[in-house]
Amino acid sequence: MIPELGHFALILALCMAIIQAIFPLVGSLNRTPDWVALARPVAWGQFVFLSLSFGILTHAFLVNDFSVLYVAQHGNTELPTIYKISAVWGAHEGSLLLWVLILSGWTVAVASLTRNLPDEVVARVLSVMGMISIGFLSFLLFTSNPFERLFPVPVQGGDLNPLLQDFGLAVHPPMLYMGYVGMSVAFSFAIAALIGGRLDSAWARWSRPWTLVAWVFLTIGITLGSWWAYYELGWGGWWFWDPVENASFMPWLAGTALIHSLAVTEKRGAFKRWTVLLALLAFSLSLLGTFLVRSGVLTSVHSFAADPARGLFILMFLLLVIGGSLFLYALRAPGISRGGGFANLSRESLLLGNNLLLLVITALVLLGTLAPLLYDAFQWGKISVGFPWFTSMFVMFTPPLIVLMGAAPLTRWKQQDPAALLRSLRLALGISVVAGLVMALPVREGSLSAGLAVALSVWLLTTLLTSLKQRLKNRPGIGGLLADIASRGGRSYYGMWVAHTGIAVFVIGVTFVTQYDIEKDVRMSPGQEIQLNDYRFRFDGAVPHKGPNYSAQIGTIRVFRDGREITVLHPEKRTYLVQSRPMTEAGIDAGFARDIYVSLGEPLDNGDWAVRLYYKPFVRWIWLGGILIAIGGLLAASDPRYRMRVLASLRGSRTATGTASAEVHA
Amino acid sequence: MNPVRKKRLILIGLMVTGVAIAVAFALNAFNQNLMFFYAPSEVMAGDAPPDHPFRLGGLVTTGSVQRQPDGLTTRFDVTDNVKTVTVQYTGILPDLFREGQGIVAHGKLNENGVFIADEVLAKHDENYMPPEVAASLKDAHNAATTPAAGTGAP
Repeated sequence: MIPELGHFALILALCMAIIQAIFPLVGSLNRTPDWVALARPVAWGQFVFLSLSFGILTHAFLVNDFSVLYVAQHGNTELPTIYKISAVWGAHEGSLLLWVLILSGWTVAVASLTRNLPDEVVARVLSVMGMISIGFLSFLLFTSNPFERLFPVPVQGGDLNPLLQDFGLAVHPPMLYMGYVGMSVAFSFAIAALIGGRLDSAWARWSRPWTLVAWVFLTIGITLGSWWAYYELGWGGWWFWDPVENASFMPWLAGTALIHSLAVTEKRGAFKRWTVLLALLAFSLSLLGTFLVRSGVLTSVHSFAADPARGLFILMFLLLVIGGSLFLYALRAPGISRGGGFANLSRESLLLGNNLLLLVITALVLLGTLAPLLYDAFQWGKISVGFPWFTSMFVMFTPPLIVLMGAAPLTRWKQQDPAALLRSLRLALGISVVAGLVMALPVREGSLSAGLAVALSVWLLTTLLTSLKQRLKNRPGIGGLLADIASRGGRSYYGMWVAHTGIAVFVIGVTFVTQYDIEKDVRMSPGQEIQLNDYRFRFDGAVPHKGPNYSAQIGTIRVFRDGREITVLHPEKRTYLVQSRPMTEAGIDAGFARDIYVSLGEPLDNGDWAVRLYYKPFVRWIWLGGILIAIGGLLAASDPRYRMRVLASLRGSRTATGTASAEVHA
Repeated sequence: MNPVRKKRLILIGLMVTGVAIAVAFALNAFNQNLMFFYAPSEVMAGDAPPDHPFRLGGLVTTGSVQRQPDGLTTRFDVTDNVKTVTVQYTGILPDLFREGQGIVAHGKLNENGVFIADEVLAKHDENYMPPEVAASLKDAHNAATTPAAGTGAP
């Protein structure tokens, strides 16, 4: 009976979504305040019913209700409680339910945090979000009902995929979905602005914090995914250019372009059309990501079983969203006013360059991801795009991007005197070139790539320091810095500062681990020792062990350096009982400057094991960079100028004319 | 043309040219990095490139896995139920590698017709069959019109 309630709640949520999509929008167009006023309560209603539905599915997992097909497939009485909960989104139906719930959560957030925006704007935004919700809810109800019953009821469930029985993967999908779905807010603001025909700086300022928060979640989700792959897949890789990783990376790239473009639109009123297009693109890429993951058209570790009906549904939805929004854009774009002009050398032009590069990278990742599909569709053969290609693309397009990143904060809006720019960049340029050359010297086993990476990172850091110095010229000391952070617009700047530092850290991590890591697959007998770099590894054999829902062999590997034992690692080889699936748990000694990583391959004869021994320098810096980028985004999103109080005080000044400049320069 | 527009055009022109050159390089590299997929029947028919890496997929023949005693080198046969290619791989095989399982290997043919793999992939699902392998099994089955076992792919 309870699961049926969950199903009914879903149906009611769909009804709410339909009301939310139609009435507020129509009301905002024919000026019916009652209809406009419907938007917020209906959004809340939808959220309540979806939470109920989600809660019921979670309950079914917790009480092992195997009469529900989805629970019977992915639940198990032996699962630890935390994984019973994460099993809710461990497969197709439940993860879609989570998706819709998160969409509804974002909708409610928009509904409650926009009290100071004009009601008709909020009504339109919520309407657009309602339309998206209709799409996903009908997808859920018509093709992937999580509450479908199973008869006869099995006594035991099929268990959660062991790969997903891990804390990292329990939180990775919700984070990623927060990001994916969060992009729908920027999309909805853009569509609402297109419908209203008013794209101004106010629009950019309204959607900017939302976009930033969504982008932060996406950043965290991707970072978590990479970290999980590193320790859970057992072979030390942190990024595979897997189609599903690309699916999350493309919206991130487009989102990165979008937050920079939004900054220009907010500050200078320029790039309006471009910004709108990016907002449409970022969400379209999120949808494309969903299509790629959920339809199973691509070979990937993430793909769930392929179902053509589902793929077709999302594809149609995707076409409808992209086609509809582009159509609306084509209708409205000619009416969008030009923004402020700028010279060839100005912060605007550098940001435009950065936007172009980001989009080129996005397009190339898209090409590499979709090429296998296209080749197959045109019968040109079955292909895969090699890992090296993606990497070389990245190595080609990232350096110019970082050069621009360093210079842009020191460049003035509107117009910059080249000589003055050169003067302020001189020192940073000198330091970074020298640092790069020193690193590239052959005596230090340097390499060109390591030299380039160091030069770029140092360039970023030194230009950031230069810009900080210029900024604090009139506010000396720590007190000045703190006052500046607290000031209006201050956190935007420091957010940029922290996020760009994150990029510098990330670049070092990626390059060093790629250039200097040592990987060795060996056969080891108990007691045998193997030297790797400065480290000596001794294998002390493996012993059987019983876990709650798996049995395992736990190995012991002692690691010595300079004759001293520095760590004992216990890599595991687990076999999960229900799905009889082997899993590798790596043994990792994590460090700031290096990780030591060992994992068990397979048992050979006489107690020998195939063992992987890795030395991974600076690998933590990759995720440290990701965390810094996320913190930077949060700082920027928390800037006081987005606060309601400020907006409220400006509300009176928002009249038909001159909304933008008055607010920005106030 | 007014000077502002002219300047703007020059700027845009420069950017577009730069991007176009880079993209041209990228597409060129793209073509060189494509890895085509071949089934054992196609390899035996001589369709696979002799000196370029490609992907080979099929089922691991039951009873064919031989481990060299001293190291980590493994030899096994991959079949599409019509033809068979021997694969040699040095390193640790994936967790889900086992006889009868569908796999995809990256590598090159050597002069003896042995496929020297530098990577072997077995997917993270017991019932999962790489789509290429499933399709090639079906093709081989249709071509040979002999009953093929184990094609119960998704």
